Amino acid sequence: MSAVLRVQDLSVAFHTRGGVVRALDRVGFSLGAGETMALVGESGSGKSVTAYAIMGLLEAAGRVTGGQAWLGETDLLAADLSRIRGRRVAMIFQNPRAALNPIRAVGAQIADVLRRHGGASRFNAGARAIEALRAVGIPDPARRAKAYPFELSGGMCQRVMIAIAVAANPELLIADEPTTGLDVTTQAVVMDLIQAMAARTGMATILITHDLALAAERAQRIAVMHAGHVVEEADTATLLAQPRHPYTARLIAATPTAAGSLDDLQSVPGGLPDLRRDDTPPCRYAARCERRLASCDGALSVRALAPGHQVACTNPLEAAA
Amino acid sequence: MSAAQTSTFAHARYVLGENPVTLIAALLFAGYAAMAVLGPAIAPYDPLASDTMRALQAPTWAHVFGTDQLGRDILSRVIVAARVDLGIALASVVLVFAAGGLAGLAAGFFGGWVDAVVGRIADTIMAFPLFVLAMGIVAALGNTIPNIVLATAIINFPLYARVARAETMTRREAGFVDAARLSGHRDGALLVLQVLPNIMPIMVVQMSLTMGYAILNAAGLSFIGLGVRPPTAEWGIMVAEGAGFIVSGEWWIALFPGATLMLAVFCFNLLGDGLRDIADPRRRT
Amino acid sequence: MRAILLRLVGAIPTLFGVVLVTFLLTRVLPGDTATYFAGPTASPESIAQIRTSLGLDRPLPEQFWRYLVDLGHGDLGMSLTTGQPVKTELVNRLPASAELTLCGLLLAIGIAVPLGVLAAVRQGSLIDHACRVVATAGVSLPVFFTGLLLVYVFYFLLGWSPAPLGRLDAFASAPKQHTGFYLVDTLWAGDFETFRAAAAQIILPAGTLALFALAPIARITRASMLAVLGSEFIRTARASGLSGPTVVLTYALRNALLPVVTVLGMVFSFLLGANVLVEKVFAWPGIGSYAIEALIASDYAPVQGFVLTMAVLYVLLNLAIDLVNRAIDPRARRGA
Ligand SMILES: Nc1ncnc2c1ncn2[C@@H]1O[C@H](COP(=O)(O)OP(=O)(O)OP(=O)(O)O)[C@@H](O)[C@H]1O
Ligand SMILES: [Mg+2]
Repeated sequence: MSAVLRVQDLSVAFHTRGGVVRALDRVGFSLGAGETMALVGESGSGKSVTAYAIMGLLEAAGRVTGGQAWLGETDLLAADLSRIRGRRVAMIFQNPRAALNPIRAVGAQIADVLRRHGGASRFNAGARAIEALRAVGIPDPARRAKAYPFELSGGMCQRVMIAIAVAANPELLIADEPTTGLDVTTQAVVMDLIQAMAARTGMATILITHDLALAAERAQRIAVMHAGHVVEEADTATLLAQPRHPYTARLIAATPTAAGSLDDLQSVPGGLPDLRRDDTPPCRYAARCERRLASCDGALSVRALAPGHQVACTNPLEAAA
Repeated sequence: MSAAQTSTFAHARYVLGENPVTLIAALLFAGYAAMAVLGPAIAPYDPLASDTMRALQAPTWAHVFGTDQLGRDILSRVIVAARVDLGIALASVVLVFAAGGLAGLAAGFFGGWVDAVVGRIADTIMAFPLFVLAMGIVAALGNTIPNIVLATAIINFPLYARVARAETMTRREAGFVDAARLSGHRDGALLVLQVLPNIMPIMVVQMSLTMGYAILNAAGLSFIGLGVRPPTAEWGIMVAEGAGFIVSGEWWIALFPGATLMLAVFCFNLLGDGLRDIADPRRRT
Repeated sequence: MRAILLRLVGAIPTLFGVVLVTFLLTRVLPGDTATYFAGPTASPESIAQIRTSLGLDRPLPEQFWRYLVDLGHGDLGMSLTTGQPVKTELVNRLPASAELTLCGLLLAIGIAVPLGVLAAVRQGSLIDHACRVVATAGVSLPVFFTGLLLVYVFYFLLGWSPAPLGRLDAFASAPKQHTGFYLVDTLWAGDFETFRAAAAQIILPAGTLALFALAPIARITRASMLAVLGSEFIRTARASGLSGPTVVLTYALRNALLPVVTVLGMVFSFLLGANVLVEKVFAWPGIGSYAIEALIASDYAPVQGFVLTMAVLYVLLNLAIDLVNRAIDPRARRGA
């Protein structure tokens, strides 16, 4: 199976007043067509930065300092992304109401994207925007097309965001915490919608979330991030049953129920290291790790423990029998 | 020196170091202050002594800024005028600082009808183009310097009242006023002891920011013939007197007082920005 | 539509306040109003006569009522120096002032908004620094002085512009009046020669006003554009691959204009004041120079009429700003 997205050794640094923040360090994962992969990790672990780097949307202070990102045969770090964003990769965000233009009718915002990518003309863009709204399950789409974001509920706004994102049938959708801030029932509806859209068009999805339970429910594979590293990546069943990285194991232990979220729980001791320091240890989890060995201060390499199961740890947990 | 003071000084040093413009503005300010205080003592000639033999001379070493149509030394007049211009501006700013500050303080502290009345007054003033209102006030009350001061103070009133009101409200909400009231202080004492010292820094910044505007306003009124009368040396009048000579090429009569005026306003604006950075690091732009 | 009417009604207390203040300015004076109205050379008899004819011997509320009634008839009194009704003069001269102010404002917006946008889009660039210098220096400019400087450079030194003496030079004749705006009326009449003459006259005073109004507009444009460019919906627009111009102009600029439109209220306040000074410098026959002439002659009725006209204009301008705001911002439209 050829990969839709291949990310290798991707590193990103931010130049700030306080020094250089090395926010991502040799991040790698890949994603097959139609697959849903979850990117999981606590706040500040670099999930959003990974997405922005792939989309070429890093703010001015951020630079990709190394690595590769391939979308099929296209080198995303070299290509003219203005022709790719929205057309081949799309993204939806947390807090959908703020993510929409407050003074433009939502139909017009969809029409803008359709005209840019979907081959719609000025003449039929409006009608196609209404179709797009209908496709994401918005009732009375012709009337809603004229509404402004402040007149719609959060869930409705997220549907509009999804309509914008899938307007041009992209190969890949990156959903950055698409359900954070929505109430529980709406969360499920929105996730169902994303998955239905993906199933219909064969689109691959990266689901970025804090919530391991959500990831377990929705993704085929999970990559766990910690302080700018992907510490473990495996298919969902394997990762949950046989976590090999101590951090993954902690996360699972900290997510006892389906409703639990990482933020509620303090069971992962310690905090993220200061990424500005030049002497950040090779393993950024070492300071919090109970399995730390002397050899942990040496070079860190990613090991494939089984096909499709990688872990970045010198002293991984034993595989359960 | 308390820790808070030390950090304010450190912050001030940091701002001045980061922003040499503020330092330059402070030096300029010192220059203007010296001109205003020493005035006649440092002027090379009598600012009022006319000498038709020397009328309309371009700048020379004897008369660095040249002479005007009556042969008066422009440099001396520019120096002496500093006291008039800065004096009017300072007086009006102090006046509005007291009146507007107190009104805003009361409005924010008592709320209710006091707030409503102060708000109405401020809104009514703001409903006029301010310079035009100042013209109307001076024309009505009489063409004198105290009235210029008063008019300039009145048009700045809404600004001061608003800032003082907003700051007072924030302190109120911060809760320590209530705490003090519980421990038995009366309203008047509370205002003076608790609120006033706390809103002082921001009000001082406001003063420095409006000084420039007050100078411009007073000079503008003199320019159209209100307030200060000839032959008194005042920058706005001097520019007005030089205006007629611009078209025939005698540029120095209007240029030097005008440039001095402009630089003074610029200096106060920069200084105000700098002081704001020191007093309120959050609002840096 | 209903909302607009409501807003109009909402302006009535403000207008009332304005009228009351202009009334009080004449009546509650330390000096004697009748003496004031009669002018400096009047005899005691004529002062007494004026007192009764003005109704100054009546109680204040009654005086105020009569003032309101007069205003309702458009009666602003007579000018002692010209012997003309104040209203006629103001109406005749208003187009000159309005044309000048509008040209200055349009020029200022035309320069300041692109400048602010470029400064925000290219943060830290040369144009950004230029914008910041303009923003600080611009508010320090005494307009009467910058006007004179421009006259010196462009009239005396370079000889590019005509003498700063009013709306038209001595050889041109005023166009047939439709709007009272010479630039419009000349085009209306197809008289390009006079149009050029009028444009040549107005460019320096309008430029002076623009220099002054530039600063606050550029400053607020830059700041609000920076804020908008950093906002989440711009990130969405970029992520959906919309073209650069669409993102900056359709998405960012329209949002950034909201605070700019709001700040125009303050700009107008400055501009209407600056207008008076600029009219004096350029001998512009507008209501500002009319008021100045009257002031110097202690002729009070024109000054009062002028202050009232300016204030009413300003209230109306603020109303217009509100309506523009509504047109841009659906939240303002639906909210209230
Ligand atoms: N503009 C920036 N300047 C400096 N550092 C930044 C900037 N943006 C991100 N970072 C760094 O990148 C790290 C990762 O940030 P990122 O937003 O990707 O976290 P996240 O995993 O998405 O967290 P969250 O769940 O809170 O969204 C942050 O801890 C921060 O140190
Ligand atoms: Mg994030």
